Amino acid sequence: MKTYQGMKYTKEHEWVREDNGLMYIGITNYAQLELGDIVFVELPKKGKHYNAGEPISVVESVKTASDVYSPVTGTVVEVNDALTDAPELLNTEPYENWIAALQPENPSELDQLMDEEQYAQFCARGE
Amino acid sequence: MSRYIPGTDEDRKQMLDALGLTEIDGLFSEIPEELKFKRRLDIPEALSELELISHMKQLAGMNADAGEYICFLGAGVYDHFIPSVVKHIVSRSEFYTSYTPYQPEISQGTLQAIFEYQTMICRLTGMDVSNASMYDGATAVAEAALMAIRSTGRDKVVVSEGLHPEYREVLKTYSRFNGIEVKEIALHGGVTDMDRLEEEVNESCGAVILQSPNFIGAIEDLGSASEKAKKADALSIACVDPISLAILKPPGECGADIAVGDGQALGNSLSFGGPHLGFMAVKKEMVRKLPGRIAGQTTDSEGRTGYVLTLQAREQHIRREKAVSNICSNQALNALAAAVYLTVMGKEGLKQVAELCLQKSHYAYEKLLATGKFVKVYDAPFFKEFAVKAVDEKIPDINRRLYKNGITGGLDLGTRYAEMKNNWLVAITEKRTRAEIDRFVEIASGGVCHE
Repeated sequence: MKTYQGMKYTKEHEWVREDNGLMYIGITNYAQLELGDIVFVELPKKGKHYNAGEPISVVESVKTASDVYSPVTGTVVEVNDALTDAPELLNTEPYENWIAALQPENPSELDQLMDEEQYAQFCARGE
Repeated sequence: MSRYIPGTDEDRKQMLDALGLTEIDGLFSEIPEELKFKRRLDIPEALSELELISHMKQLAGMNADAGEYICFLGAGVYDHFIPSVVKHIVSRSEFYTSYTPYQPEISQGTLQAIFEYQTMICRLTGMDVSNASMYDGATAVAEAALMAIRSTGRDKVVVSEGLHPEYREVLKTYSRFNGIEVKEIALHGGVTDMDRLEEEVNESCGAVILQSPNFIGAIEDLGSASEKAKKADALSIACVDPISLAILKPPGECGADIAVGDGQALGNSLSFGGPHLGFMAVKKEMVRKLPGRIAGQTTDSEGRTGYVLTLQAREQHIRREKAVSNICSNQALNALAAAVYLTVMGKEGLKQVAELCLQKSHYAYEKLLATGKFVKVYDAPFFKEFAVKAVDEKIPDINRRLYKNGITGGLDLGTRYAEMKNNWLVAITEKRTRAEIDRFVEIASGGVCHE
């Protein structure tokens, strides 16, 4: 599955990507496979502030409902409304479909996250 | 007479032998000696079955139940007529003894009954989605408040003092350790003081809670409360009397986001205050925040209609401490009684019940005022319950006199609201006849009666 250059990953299986100063966040292919068919995505409110590690969204599948944690600290400036009517987009193209975009307060937080290779190893270890 | 107990001494000995014990006390050897209660309990000797039945009958005879005493008391629990078909259907063992319908393949009847109940609650309240029921009106209100707080991320609920005083107590209990501030708005002229309400509905307010008709019987302006809530991005919670919805504008049309209430009035007995059911219905956008279980309709692999519990991912057995609520059950049998009641009554029947309540309560109100012994408390319109003030007698004295004459009188509102001394809350359902009301008024005003 195609990923983006410079994408970073968390241990909770979120990805984050910087674009034009904003941090776009989503869930990884591993996460969507674990969840199964996604039926609902609870989007955060625009203008709301989140610290890194705080739950920012809930992704609900036929099996369970799982929190998505914000990989960075910042304020929500955009949410992906397309997921309201088509939550399955997170299953079909997890790296194309972001959940929210944050105006980051501390972009260096990205340095603490895993890169693609580290994340692949992390998943392979099954942690 | 001896009681039949199937276990014999021989049976007990066999079980003890299998466990390698010589006496029953051996089963409790894990309990430290100092914690054991080693005396006989200070209670009377056991009665035989025959003696027990007679004893229970004697105790039951001390109750002043609504079958014997003509009931003019409401305050949250109402003496409506219950068609006998309700009891017969609810008593069927398929319903009466069935367990939680987790396994849809063996629970289609129960699930369909819940689904029908939900459909009727939605039609009645004008909302999109109903859950399978809550414990009672009080917990439904409290859960609605928690839902609003979760949805808005705020920490204050603004509640009218017209909400049942016991519901407010439950709401405060739920709020206390959830860091939720409960701000109460006093009544003015029988209804919620909307100016005071507006002052409190600000950016920290997650929910506005109004009851209509309110606890003292007055019909509230739910539309205005919802508007004020909406303006502040708070949610509007309406607690309503389901019978009144046959003739009053439903919460869904008044802009309410969550409709709740106690469903006892729908085919459930007074039962000294419980068990009841609470109902809760929301607009579509809030379905995933809705606590409790929901039955849904679907089709099986052969295209046949079937029913299952749905949207369970929000619930405790999946989300653990992150579940939207800790309610893991519903009042299935009470909800079934409500569904059967609504089915038997039908749209027209329910409307007739509501109209009779309205007419009879206004007849009683006018009659009480005409005696000169009671005066009006508010000008707001009312449905089946109203408040009047006794001019020269104390409410407990009036109620005592009624009781001696086989009548249960109204609630002394002074016991619940400091500013309502000697106010009397009277409920009139469709069951009350003109003769009963006339007699009630006559005795209440000190006319011909047994003192």
